[in-house]
Amino acid sequence: MTVVALFVFSLLYLTPGDPAAVIAGDAATVDDIRRIRANLGLDEPFLVRFGGWVWGLAHGDLGVSIFTNLPVAHLIGQRVEPTLALTLCTLLVSVLVAVPLGVVAAAKAGTWIDRAVMAFSVLGFSLPVFVIAYILILVFSIELGWLPVQGYRPFAENFWDWLRHLILPSIALGTVYIALIARITRASMLDVLAQDYIRTAQAKGLSPGPVLVGHALKNAAIPIMTIIGIGIALLISGAIVTETVFAIPGIGRLTVDAILRRDYPVIQGVTLLFSGLYVLINLLIDLSYLFFDPRIRY
Amino acid sequence: MNTVVPAAPQSVSPTWQQFKDAFRRHPTAIVGGMVLLAMILVAVLAPWLGTVDPQAVAPVRRLKQPSAEFWFGSDMLGRDVYSRVLYGARVSLSIGLVVALASTLLGLAIGLVTGYLRWLDAIVMRIMDGLMSIPPVLLAISLMALTKASVENVIIAITLAEVPRVVRLVRSLVLTLREQPYVEAAVAAGTTLPRILVRHILPNTVAPLLVQATYVCASAMITEAILSFIGAGTPPNIPSWGNIMAEARSLFQIAGYLILFPGICLSLTVLAVNLLGDGMRDALDPRLARRM
Repeated sequence: MTVVALFVFSLLYLTPGDPAAVIAGDAATVDDIRRIRANLGLDEPFLVRFGGWVWGLAHGDLGVSIFTNLPVAHLIGQRVEPTLALTLCTLLVSVLVAVPLGVVAAAKAGTWIDRAVMAFSVLGFSLPVFVIAYILILVFSIELGWLPVQGYRPFAENFWDWLRHLILPSIALGTVYIALIARITRASMLDVLAQDYIRTAQAKGLSPGPVLVGHALKNAAIPIMTIIGIGIALLISGAIVTETVFAIPGIGRLTVDAILRRDYPVIQGVTLLFSGLYVLINLLIDLSYLFFDPRIRY
Repeated sequence: MNTVVPAAPQSVSPTWQQFKDAFRRHPTAIVGGMVLLAMILVAVLAPWLGTVDPQAVAPVRRLKQPSAEFWFGSDMLGRDVYSRVLYGARVSLSIGLVVALASTLLGLAIGLVTGYLRWLDAIVMRIMDGLMSIPPVLLAISLMALTKASVENVIIAITLAEVPRVVRLVRSLVLTLREQPYVEAAVAAGTTLPRILVRHILPNTVAPLLVQATYVCASAMITEAILSFIGAGTPPNIPSWGNIMAEARSLFQIAGYLILFPGICLSLTVLAVNLLGDGMRDALDPRLARRM
C-alpha cells in the first residue's frame, strides 16, 4: 500500500502539465500563475507535499478538487451509490451465472454443452465491454424498446426503475467476468472430479447433484474465490467504461471527467480508492479460504 | 576435460516438432492465426485496398449510411469509415504487438535477474506487488493523465501496466529452473552469472513467455480501445479502432454502424489472438490442455 501511495502521489507530482496554468486560463500573467501555485501549495518541495498528503489521507482527507474546489472525498461520496449498485449487481449476477455454467461444463466435459460454455468463455474474453454494451443497447433498447437506453435512477426513488436501468449495464460489465469465472470453475471442478473421494461418493450411491455441489464444488472453491478476487480489477476498469456508455453518474464517470480536465487530486483519490478496495477485497477472499478449507491456518 | 555430464534434465519447453504436431491438433488456433495474419495484411496493405485519405473531411457527405460508395458509411465529419477502420488497424495492431514485445522483453529482463539474485528480489517484487494492486487499466489511465496523448505514450502506459504480471511469471519460472541439476552443474563449472542466465535459464522461459505474450497483446489492444474510448488514449487525429468508436459515442443511436464496424474488427482480432494463445498453451502444456 505504501508503494501505491507513493506511486500515486509521485505520478501526479511529476506531471508536466501545470494545473495552476489550467485554472488561470489563457489570459493569466506569470504572476497570476505563481500566486495560484502558492495558494495550492504547489511550490513546496516534494517530501513536504507528500508528507502533507499522507497526513491528510490518514485523516480521511483526499485533498480538494482543482476544478470544482470541492473536497475529493465529498465528490467521491456523491458518486458512490451508482457505482456500488452497478458493481454489486454485476458481481452477484456473474457469480450466480458463471459458477453453475462452469460446474455443468465440468460435469458434462467433452459434450456440446461443455464446448458451448468454453466457446462463450473465449468470446466473452475477446469482446470489449463497450462493444457488448452498444450491441445490448441497439438490440434491447432501440430495436425492442424493452429497457431504457441510458441513465440511472437512485435506489431510494423507485426500486423497479432502478433495477431496469441496471440490467443492461450489469450484463455488459459482467460478460468478461462470467467468462473468466466459468473457465476457472470448470478447470478447478475437473481437477476435483478426478479425485478418489468423488468416486467413493458416487459408489455410495449418492445422486449426482449433491456430489457435484457438496463434495466437488466446495473443494474446488479456492481457485474460484481467487479468480473472483483478481477479476475485481476487470470490474473496476469495466465500470469506468460502462458508466461512460450508459451515462451513469458514478465514480467511473467522475474519473473520466477528471482525466479530461486534468483534475489531479480527483484522479489521485479515485486511483487510491479503487486500489485500496481491490487489495481489501483480495484480503477478505484470502480469509474466506478458512471457510472452504479448514486445514488452512493463518 | 573429464567432467561427468549430468543426465539430461527434464526440459521445461518441448521441442518445436512437438509444438507443430500439437498445433495441428488445434484447428481453432490455426483459424485464429489466419484471421490475425489477414488483419495484419489488411493493416499493411491499407493504402491499396480501395481506401481514401482517412482524414479527408467532407461535411457535405456527413453521416451517410453504409452504401456502395461508403462501404462502412461516413462519420460526422464526412470521413470514410472504411478507410478509417483499415488505417485504424495499423494503430491498434501495432500498439498490441509493440506492447506485447516490450512488456515481454522488459518483464523477462527484470524477472531473470530478480529470480536469480535473491537480495534484489525482495525490493523489486514489493514494487511489482504495489503496481499489481492497481488495476491495470486504471494504472494506464493515470499514467496517460500525466502525459500528452500520443501513440508512444499509450504504448509506454500499457506496457508499464502489463509488466508486473510478466515479471511474476518469469520469476516463478526462474525459481524452479535455478534448482535444476544442469544449473548447479554450470555453477560448479564456474560459469559466470550472465552466462548462466542467458545460456541456461533464458531458453527454457521462451515457450511459456510466448503464450503470455499473446495474452498481453490481446489485453493491450482492448486497453488501448478503452483508453481511447474514454478520451485518454491515442490522439483524435490518428484513427485507431478505439478512437473511431469514441467519436461515435454521442451518435450511436442514429449511426450505430460507426461503432459496429470498428467494434467487429477489434473483437475479431482479439478473439483471433486469444485463440492463437489458447492453442499455443495447449500445445506447450498438455496437462493444462486436458483441463482448459
